[in-house]
Amino acid sequence: MERNLHKQLGNMKKSLFDQGYLDEQFIQLEELQDEANPNFVEEVVTLYYRDSARLIQNIEQTLENNPLDFAKLDNYMHQFKGSSCSIGAKKLKNECTQFREHCKTGNGDGCKRTFQQLKKEYAALKKKLEHYFQVP
Amino acid sequence: MNLGGSRAVNSLTIQSSSTTRRPGDGVVDPFPAGLRVLVVDDDLICLTILERMLQKCLYEVTIHNRAEAALELLRRDKTGFDIVLSDVHMPDMDGFKLLECVGLEMDLPVIMMSADDSKDVVMKGVTHGACDYLIKPIRIEALKNIWQHVVRKKKQDRKEMEFEQSGSVEDGEQQQNPLEDADYLSSPYEENRKNSNKRKDEKDEAEEMDDTSTLKKPRVVWSVELHQQFVTAVNQLGIDKAVPKKILELMNVPGLTRENVASHLQKYRLYLRRVSGVSQHQNGLNNSFMGPPDVTFGSISSLNGLGLQALAASGQIPPQSLSTIQAAALGRVAPLIDQRNIFSYENQKFRFGEGHQQLNDNSNQLKLLHGIPTNMEPKQLGTLHQSAETFGNMQVQSQSSQSGSLMTQLAQPLSRNKILNEIDGSHVSGLPSSFGQPILSQPMPSGILTQSRSEIDNVCGAVFSSVSHPSAAVELSMNPSVQMPGNRFAPISNPRMSALASKGMLQEEVKSGMKGSRAFLANYGVFTDLNQNGSRDWGLHNVGPTFEPTQHSNMSQQLNSSLADNIPRSKAQKLPDMGFQNTPFPEQFGQEDLMSAILEQQEGTGPVGSEFGFDGYHLDNLPV
Repeated sequence: MERNLHKQLGNMKKSLFDQGYLDEQFIQLEELQDEANPNFVEEVVTLYYRDSARLIQNIEQTLENNPLDFAKLDNYMHQFKGSSCSIGAKKLKNECTQFREHCKTGNGDGCKRTFQQLKKEYAALKKKLEHYFQVP
Repeated sequence: MNLGGSRAVNSLTIQSSSTTRRPGDGVVDPFPAGLRVLVVDDDLICLTILERMLQKCLYEVTIHNRAEAALELLRRDKTGFDIVLSDVHMPDMDGFKLLECVGLEMDLPVIMMSADDSKDVVMKGVTHGACDYLIKPIRIEALKNIWQHVVRKKKQDRKEMEFEQSGSVEDGEQQQNPLEDADYLSSPYEENRKNSNKRKDEKDEAEEMDDTSTLKKPRVVWSVELHQQFVTAVNQLGIDKAVPKKILELMNVPGLTRENVASHLQKYRLYLRRVSGVSQHQNGLNNSFMGPPDVTFGSISSLNGLGLQALAASGQIPPQSLSTIQAAALGRVAPLIDQRNIFSYENQKFRFGEGHQQLNDNSNQLKLLHGIPTNMEPKQLGTLHQSAETFGNMQVQSQSSQSGSLMTQLAQPLSRNKILNEIDGSHVSGLPSSFGQPILSQPMPSGILTQSRSEIDNVCGAVFSSVSHPSAAVELSMNPSVQMPGNRFAPISNPRMSALASKGMLQEEVKSGMKGSRAFLANYGVFTDLNQNGSRDWGLHNVGPTFEPTQHSNMSQQLNSSLADNIPRSKAQKLPDMGFQNTPFPEQFGQEDLMSAILEQQEGTGPVGSEFGFDGYHLDNLPV
């Protein structure tokens, strides 16, 4: 029974890694877990989603402005990137980098496109991680 | 990442609790466990992760997501941490600014962090003095080795100290500090903390320890008194001719080693240099926060040469002013050291000034400073007080304006009265209003308020006492340096303090403000800041030009008020500390007469002097 669960967990994790959702930083977080902090990763991820939701919203609103305030967007995205890479969200990190590139070149459309992609990844990862943590 | 490695580490560390020091856990050398780390990052996720990681490394972690709060915490206890980790991009304060502040005021190693790995940002970290730059996401392996920066810095400090001496360790003068030995558990960093915590009487002794451990660096705490003696000696010898050995002889302080003196001299010189080069800095006060850092030694160097002379050249500072400023700067240092001395200084004060007329020549900034002490005559004491006030005002003003005007004012070595007037004049004019604002931006340096440790603080207390008045616009925060003045000018409360004295104080205050831990430096720094201008100099600089001879009383009031204001302001959180000022100082100071004198003069505010944090003055890191 337990072994199945472990296996399941292991598989999930593997797939997350294989699919590029997570990178080694996630492992680092897991390493920080111990008896004193058994749910550290989950706590951090929860914190991340709560904190970044606000950021996502801000970015969304800023993207609706006309003209686009690239400096502001870049600033938000920098924060978002910092958080995302801290939990090991690989794909998200890449999207952030991409977005910032668009900001630098003043590519409003590029920003919007990338942002849509980013939101998708963001939601997808959230689901996957929720699932992952649900496994006892 | 090396999963295997980290796993191994995990298994090792997993048993230990997240707390750091474990004196009796059987570990042979717990170091670097127990390293006291302060992490500043506005990103809560990063903060949480870093905290956990550092705990895993057995470090003692404190996290803050607001830079200003973190800085205040540091100022409250300069030796409370061994190393600081700071994010670059933060909403309330630029990470580099924090870096500068910490480096100058507390002289702690700072590591910058960012998800931004672009070369120029990393370069910026280097130029601002970060001892390392970590790219996010940060791995635990990177954190494991941060202790090296602490050790390295200590070693550098020690080397610096050793370098200063003529090469031989004066065993006879070294005293083993049993406290340190006993308490040397996991942290070699303790020594600094202990040292700075020493009371005044202890400070006077050379707290030098044998080099039993490469990590431990003996540190002498340059109390106000001690520093006063030092400056006196230096002035007597002439800054050019002042060599550690002679200074030591003149000072005649038991237990003080030549090495201590040498190191201190080095810093003092830097300060003087900075004071003269201060004019170059023209940052508005808005950096008030940053102000202090500038004020600290850094400003000294900047002030050095460039500042004063430039100012002089530009006509802002008349040549004599330059010397005055320098003298003031010097003077500041001196008076701060020993409030008592200041009071009784009346006769001696001139000693410095007069003996160093030569200081007037702008080329020699150091000399100029020498002249300052002379101003410590009773009259000057009074002025000091006023100056202090003015200073406070100045600070405020300086924030808005730049310049050496203050310096100019200060630069009048010979005319105390003049200085007084200048200070008064400039201050009076409209300082109070202006002060309030800029200063507010800066949190009150905890140092100022809480530096009860140093005697200087006590002295400064006088100054600060005025500060503590809520009305004062002057932000105490700015005034770490301000504090200094207080110390120096213990007489500040004494209306008779010479303007110079007060000026010196102010400068010091400014400087000291900047650097909590370095009360001493602060003094120096004040000058520099003054020159530097605006943002940095709290007001001293700017105030300069606006000075006009006016009654001292106005100034003092203003100063007091400004100071008072500052205090409340700067310390948004620290306000409570402020009130506290009055209390700790007297104790620390140990100079009741002084304290009472100060107290009298001040409007009942406590001696702020101690806040100057003279106590923790560590010269060792002064780059010459």
